[in-house]
Amino acid sequence: MSNSVPGSAGVIATARLIAAKDLRVERRSRVLLNQVLPFALIVMVMFAFALDSDAVLERVAPGLVWLATLFSVLVMVSRSFAVETGDGALDQLRSAGVPATGIFIGKMLALMVQLMVLVALLVGAAVVLYRAHFSWAGGVLLVTTATAATCGLAAVGTLYGGLAAGAKGRETLLPLLLLPVVAPVLIGATRATESAFGTNGIAISEGWPWLGLLVVFAVLFSVAGAVAFGPLLDE
Amino acid sequence: MSKHSPRDRVTGTPFTRGLGVVILAGITLLIILAIFVSPADVNQGESVRIMYAHVPGAWLAYLAFVVTGISSVAYLWKRTRSLTWDRIAGASAEVGVLFMGISLVTGSLWGRITWGTYWTWDARLTTTAFLFVTYIGYLAVRGLGGTHQQRARRSAVLALLAVLEIPLVHFSVQLWNTLHQEASVAGRGTDVEMDGLMLFTLFLGVVVFTLMYVWLVLHRQRSLALDDMLDDSGLDNALTARRAEAQGVAR
Repeated sequence: MSNSVPGSAGVIATARLIAAKDLRVERRSRVLLNQVLPFALIVMVMFAFALDSDAVLERVAPGLVWLATLFSVLVMVSRSFAVETGDGALDQLRSAGVPATGIFIGKMLALMVQLMVLVALLVGAAVVLYRAHFSWAGGVLLVTTATAATCGLAAVGTLYGGLAAGAKGRETLLPLLLLPVVAPVLIGATRATESAFGTNGIAISEGWPWLGLLVVFAVLFSVAGAVAFGPLLDE
Repeated sequence: MSKHSPRDRVTGTPFTRGLGVVILAGITLLIILAIFVSPADVNQGESVRIMYAHVPGAWLAYLAFVVTGISSVAYLWKRTRSLTWDRIAGASAEVGVLFMGISLVTGSLWGRITWGTYWTWDARLTTTAFLFVTYIGYLAVRGLGGTHQQRARRSAVLALLAVLEIPLVHFSVQLWNTLHQEASVAGRGTDVEMDGLMLFTLFLGVVVFTLMYVWLVLHRQRSLALDDMLDDSGLDNALTARRAEAQGVAR
């Protein structure tokens, strides 16, 4: 996979190369492993200090999983674009004629893979720390929810990360831009996870409709990102 | 600096001056009607008077964001591309944030008196709050720096993304609400039977606020143009100064 340099710089080929590159950067630098995952875990522990009751924790566990995910997304998006703007790599990619849509999809895929790892860890933390539990059927719903939600988060994160990339003061601006946009993901993913965990006796079947919201969000922002990313970078 | 005539450095024109006078008269009339002349409501009592600022404020805020969206499209569309559209978008968003702030504050005060609470998680209210925050972010992006074209392109794309975001937020809050909210607040749609004078005062409020919006956007747009001009001339001045220095050294 890694040795095939695209003769015609196709979008898919570019996306694969960019995604592989981002994941290789992560494998060698281990920023996700050594910094972001421990950060997310400590957030989960802090929630327990703040809420201070097993019963409450069990009830709000799904929301906390996704809140911790959102906080981590902010850090991960910053990281994802710090890699690109550090040496002006993004500008060079563009002046080399690499299609912007390919860059967008590639970075989005790499972010999505990393987010899946993060969510898996956070669900594990909820099981251990907050007494969350789920059946096989709940597990299927959980995996589907996580896939759709991380796809949407990765799309929005890459889009807004690209918007703020290279600008002064982007670290403080990104949360302000990103958090209002991902509110639908927080709502949809939390409700779906509640039914997967059976929180408050909510049935698993009640979780599936929320998936629709997550899928609509993911599709809309993936398309918007693929279209808008080029104009955003070509300045 | 001397390159521009004094006319370039003022934001007022005979039209805006005339408009300003009309607005001042309108506001005076609105205050008299809203506070002293129009009757108190049967159910809401005196607190109904907040409505005369709240409803026009909310209407103007939404209008302002629509104008921002349309101007952004006009900027992005190659045939109509002009920095004037970008400045109108920016000026309109600023005024919109101001009016939305007024509308949120007056609304929550009214809510405290009438519903007994400053805030409810009603979909319309929550979406408005999101819109408010989104456009504060939009204004922050406008302040990021770079060339005027960079700013214009970036903020125009962001404004269009907001058009995508807001309906999604509204829809999802509505879904969330139907499950978690026992009873939604009795909508303002219930007081359809409005006194004629109240209706007229409200109508006058909307007209006066709209004129005020036009006045503010015109001035703000022109002062933004002056800002850009200052930016450009600052660079020009620096260039001439450096050239003069270089010539001084050469001599």
